Amino acid sequence: MSAEPRSMKTEAEQGLAQQFIAARDDLPGSPAVAERRDAAFALFERLGLPHRRIEAWKYTDLRARMRKALPIAPTPSVDQVERTLAASSTFADLDHYRLVLADGYFQEPLSDREAMLAEGIEIATLVEFLGSDGTSSVEALHDPEGAGGDAMIALNAALASDGVVIRMPDGCLPSKPIEIVHVSTVGTPASAWFTRSVATIGAGAKARLLVSHVGPDGVAYRSNSFVAVDMAEAAEIAFVDLQSEGDAAQHVTTFSAELAKESKLRHLSVASGAALSRLQGFVTIKGERADLSVSGANMLSRSQHGDITWRIDHAVPGATSRVLYKSAVADTAFGAFQGLILVRAGAPKTDGKMMTRTLLLSDEAQFAAKPELEIYADDVQCGHGATIGKIDETALFYLMSRGIPRTDAEALLIRAYLAEALAPIGDKAIAASLEPILAAWPEQRAL
Amino acid sequence: MIVLLEVKNLHVKVGDGGRQILRGVDLTIDSGEVHAIMGPNGSGKSTLAHVLAGKQGYDVTDGTVLFDGNDLLALKPDERAATGVFLAFQYPVEIPGVAGITFLKTALNSQRKARGEAELTTPDFMRLIKEASVRLHMTPEMLRRPVNTGFSGGEKKRNEILQMALLEPRLAILDETDSGLDIDALRIVSRGVNALRNQDRGMLVITHYQRLLNHIVPDKVHVMSAGRIVRSSGKELALELEEHGYAAYDVHAA
Repeated sequence: MSAEPRSMKTEAEQGLAQQFIAARDDLPGSPAVAERRDAAFALFERLGLPHRRIEAWKYTDLRARMRKALPIAPTPSVDQVERTLAASSTFADLDHYRLVLADGYFQEPLSDREAMLAEGIEIATLVEFLGSDGTSSVEALHDPEGAGGDAMIALNAALASDGVVIRMPDGCLPSKPIEIVHVSTVGTPASAWFTRSVATIGAGAKARLLVSHVGPDGVAYRSNSFVAVDMAEAAEIAFVDLQSEGDAAQHVTTFSAELAKESKLRHLSVASGAALSRLQGFVTIKGERADLSVSGANMLSRSQHGDITWRIDHAVPGATSRVLYKSAVADTAFGAFQGLILVRAGAPKTDGKMMTRTLLLSDEAQFAAKPELEIYADDVQCGHGATIGKIDETALFYLMSRGIPRTDAEALLIRAYLAEALAPIGDKAIAASLEPILAAWPEQRAL
Repeated sequence: MIVLLEVKNLHVKVGDGGRQILRGVDLTIDSGEVHAIMGPNGSGKSTLAHVLAGKQGYDVTDGTVLFDGNDLLALKPDERAATGVFLAFQYPVEIPGVAGITFLKTALNSQRKARGEAELTTPDFMRLIKEASVRLHMTPEMLRRPVNTGFSGGEKKRNEILQMALLEPRLAILDETDSGLDIDALRIVSRGVNALRNQDRGMLVITHYQRLLNHIVPDKVHVMSAGRIVRSSGKELALELEEHGYAAYDVHAA
């Protein structure tokens, strides 16, 4: 990413600058944190909002799509949070722990902090963590490796109001999945919030982390969330990102992970909400024989815009990465997938495969696929591919010839197509809890 | 006995203004009858089956098809199924990600709904499935798998007959059901088909070979050539064809 200085600021950029100045003294953190925030905002000012000429943001021009800065969301009332959560349940049939962030603020009464502590999992809020002494607190606001110079991450570091900091000790085996819910409440007018959460997973620990994003329809709120996962040797994480934002929302989320030796990360994203959404993931494989799987089911309809961008960095020999994205795009929606597998000179015996498959369900639907390999090592096994197609007419006729009406037959096929992306998470209960979302989407679309 | 299917002067082209495949097919099937259509490759047998089931990509340029006295060609494929037309595919389609059992239940209940009947409860449905699958040597495991995915040729054909048994059509069209079957599989499939013969149901069996007709003995045999039925007779016609081939009917050579 090149960062040429610009003197002309958009209205939104000017508004954000004013907001940062106004909010600066109230943002949580030690003096060291405040310094870090200043530096992050200075970087954002230098970069401006991402636009088409920034390669990583080629398909999502936020300078054009974010015309004005929105006010930063105030702390919601518990009542507002409860009402919104009741209207949009996530992982309802899965017994799990919850940590709730509403409009950017941690909700103690709605979170299971104590029950998790009983299992040895330490939870701090980002506010608590940033306020603590020592230099480690600043690290929570660091850029992920390989993402230096991303304007939206810089903005997140500058303005993050809260989040959760999870510390799982070595060998920790939580009995239930842990969900971080990002909820935008019904009570606030269109506003913006920023959260940052960090999970440190000890050696040999095995856990399931669920991150969800929900909010009201018809409100053009903006969410900018960030979740970093730091995995020690032989740690295993099944990670789900469920994006069910309200239909007018602008959603930007960043995921970052560092994988130590023999650790195993399975990341699954399921996205059907928001007017504009961007998931960007940065994974650095730092330990030999680490095993990464990234998969996702993307559902886009109406005039939705959805962008998935991954950067996977193999820095050591003998690690594996698998990427499989399945998308269905209807109406006049637009989707994009960009994925890079980078194999450094020091990473021979890398086994990397990336595939993106898309079903276009209307003549106006669009999808841009850009899978990339960048290989500097010898003796690697890498491959990538992309397909874009329509519903298989032969399969459709087969189902209809058995009495299944066209819309139902299409819905069955779309659901089956998307469901393939659920398998790599390797957890039947989690997959089963997500299946109804895939099943409901074609029907919602038909309405 | 009533007239079930009445095809008159059916002319069909492939696609938009493509090749003429059917050139005036006349065929009447009464309830309770099993008709066989034999003929060389490219004579139009499978096209007839596809057009009756409502497959897209064909253009009916002339003629009529009545099923139970109603215009069959005006109906969509799912509506044809609900009125009682069933096509056993020559090449059953693999549908990854859709479990066989889900497919069967959706199909059966869609048809029942279209006919204004109550949907079957899961226990009733499971009982039906169990009975039919035992007869066709199909295991519950096969039905939990995605439809036809990874099935052998024989398994796919057995699955077609299982669907037929479950959906209880009034008219079953078997499109080269014997292709790709070994002797044992042929026997299982034929037994499955014969068990479904009754006085209310008609069948149209399309095949190249007389072999299948030793197992599913037809009431009438038709020879199709160059898009028309050129000869109709009793079951003995199949034996004659087996002996002399289709040479006598090859109008391309004329």
